[in-house]
Amino acid sequence: MIINHPLLGPRDAAEFVYLGDASLMVRPDWQDENAAEKFYQYMYLRDNPAGRQRELWYHEQGDRSWLIVTRDTTTHEISSVELARDVALAGKGK
Amino acid sequence: MSHYSAFSIFRNALSGNRHWPRVWRNPHPKPSYDVVIVGAGGHGLATAYYLAKEHGIHNVAVIEKGWLGGGNTVRNTTIVRSNYMMPGNTMFYERSMKLWENLSQDINYNVMFSQRGQYNLCHSPGQMDTARRRGNIMRANGIDAELFDRAEVQRRLPYLDYSPNARFPIHGAIYQSRAGTARHDAVAWGYARAADRQGVDIIQQCEVTGYLRDGDRITGVETTRGPIRAGKVGLAVAGHTGHLAAMAGLRLPIETHVLQAFVTEPLKPMVDTVISFGAAHFYVSQSDKGGLVLGGDLDGYNSYAQRGGLPMVEHTLASAKALMPSVSRLKLLRHWAGVMDMSMDGSPFITKTSVDGLYLNGGWCYGRFKATPASGWCYAHLLAKDEPHTHAAEFRLDRLARGAMIDEKGVGAQPNLH
Ligand SMILES: Cc1cc2nc3c(=O)[nH]c(=O)nc-3n(C[C@H](O)[C@H](O)[C@H](O)COP(=O)(O)OP(=O)(O)OC[C@H]3O[C@@H](n4cnc5c(N)ncnc54)[C@H](O)[C@@H]3O)c2cc1C
Repeated sequence: MIINHPLLGPRDAAEFVYLGDASLMVRPDWQDENAAEKFYQYMYLRDNPAGRQRELWYHEQGDRSWLIVTRDTTTHEISSVELARDVALAGKGK
Repeated sequence: MSHYSAFSIFRNALSGNRHWPRVWRNPHPKPSYDVVIVGAGGHGLATAYYLAKEHGIHNVAVIEKGWLGGGNTVRNTTIVRSNYMMPGNTMFYERSMKLWENLSQDINYNVMFSQRGQYNLCHSPGQMDTARRRGNIMRANGIDAELFDRAEVQRRLPYLDYSPNARFPIHGAIYQSRAGTARHDAVAWGYARAADRQGVDIIQQCEVTGYLRDGDRITGVETTRGPIRAGKVGLAVAGHTGHLAAMAGLRLPIETHVLQAFVTEPLKPMVDTVISFGAAHFYVSQSDKGGLVLGGDLDGYNSYAQRGGLPMVEHTLASAKALMPSVSRLKLLRHWAGVMDMSMDGSPFITKTSVDGLYLNGGWCYGRFKATPASGWCYAHLLAKDEPHTHAAEFRLDRLARGAMIDEKGVGAQPNLH
């Protein structure tokens, strides 16, 4: 699998570490009334879609940036790659 | 349907083996069953068999979207062991081992269970200590375990790399002599035949596409061959657990990941046991046909594709060569992958769900072919009696919310690391 890094161009997926669903970027508020339940859902529950998923990849053997890769879990086709930083700053974390 | 015996082999040989009856029926789905199991892998078929045999519930269907035993059951590297040390796990896997030991007799089908032993190699003094602890826990629970030092491992497995150049030095190994392998197809076929003989309908080429409901309760399944009503619906769909649960409105602590396996060209007998090489996450045994059966780590990302990528091919073969330099010129004959239900703590679920009428058997990760008999045994108990079997009592969905993870490896809620 080749991930088209927004800054470095096409890189082998083996250079990256995979974390999982991109919604992990948005941590629940620890002061929320239902913080315990929300953290349980954040930590353990997953949509696990058969199809398109936005997911976090870390370029450990490269520039150490976090990427959000949109990938189809049934074909491995990658449809978009963004810098997680840009997404976070734009407040689009999901 | 005939009983297999030495006599039946002899009788059929005399008539040129032309009169063997079909091994199982190919029935049309009835409109309604007491229990519908979704997924005719080993776990689903074993469940149906024990429901009928142990609990007298014969009005059961097992519904399979492809052909029976076409999923992980026949894609796995067939290693069976009971060397778990976390409370909740230990006695469940030992229960499974005991069922394996009598399985061929019980279901009248040779599953070729071969207790050839399994070595978990240790590569540091620290690993030897944890192995000793694991062994002690196993022995305290009446499960066999032995700890070998380097010299003993070298005597028993002379073909591993003990040279100063070895990638990871071998300090010793923990060994379970009752561990081994079983013939995966035979497990699916044997349970299918035994369940069929008990009156269970195995319905292949029939995909579950949704649920029938009565208010909040699930009362059956929608399938590609029409609706089928059921008193209870039990999922046993391994890697497909996530989206079958989603159709019922459930989000689960499960991710679907892909794992590959490999077989080399056949060799003369060489590896007469099972060897796990923890330092590189690699395991090897030799099939009865002579091929070395090799397995490695997950590809590492969510996938429903049933096919893996090249980095893991390279990792597995590099590990094989690092451990057994003599295999370096062997050619691979076959290579495939399966999609697995990786749970957040690496342990399974055999449980009711929050939806009435829907039961869950899943989260088996990439190592629970070994659990097939006990999984079926405990799931049948749950479906029949609506309460968990004592050996599977910890495999409930609420354990994570309670902070009671059963994390055998201690890696936390990161499914691709279990
Ligand atoms: C490469 C590899 C190596 C492994 N090595 C080992 C090992 O050495 N030792 C070990 O103990 N375990 C091992 N495992 C794990 C083991 O194979 C699985 O944990 C186990 O087989 C799961 O069993 P099952 O019978 O529930 O799954 P499966 O055999 O996958 O059964 C699930 C069935 O559900 C069906 N299904 C899915 N969706 C639907 C639907 N909508 N409608 C109807 N049917 C549906 C599927 O077609 C499938 O037949 C390995 C797995 C893999 C992939």
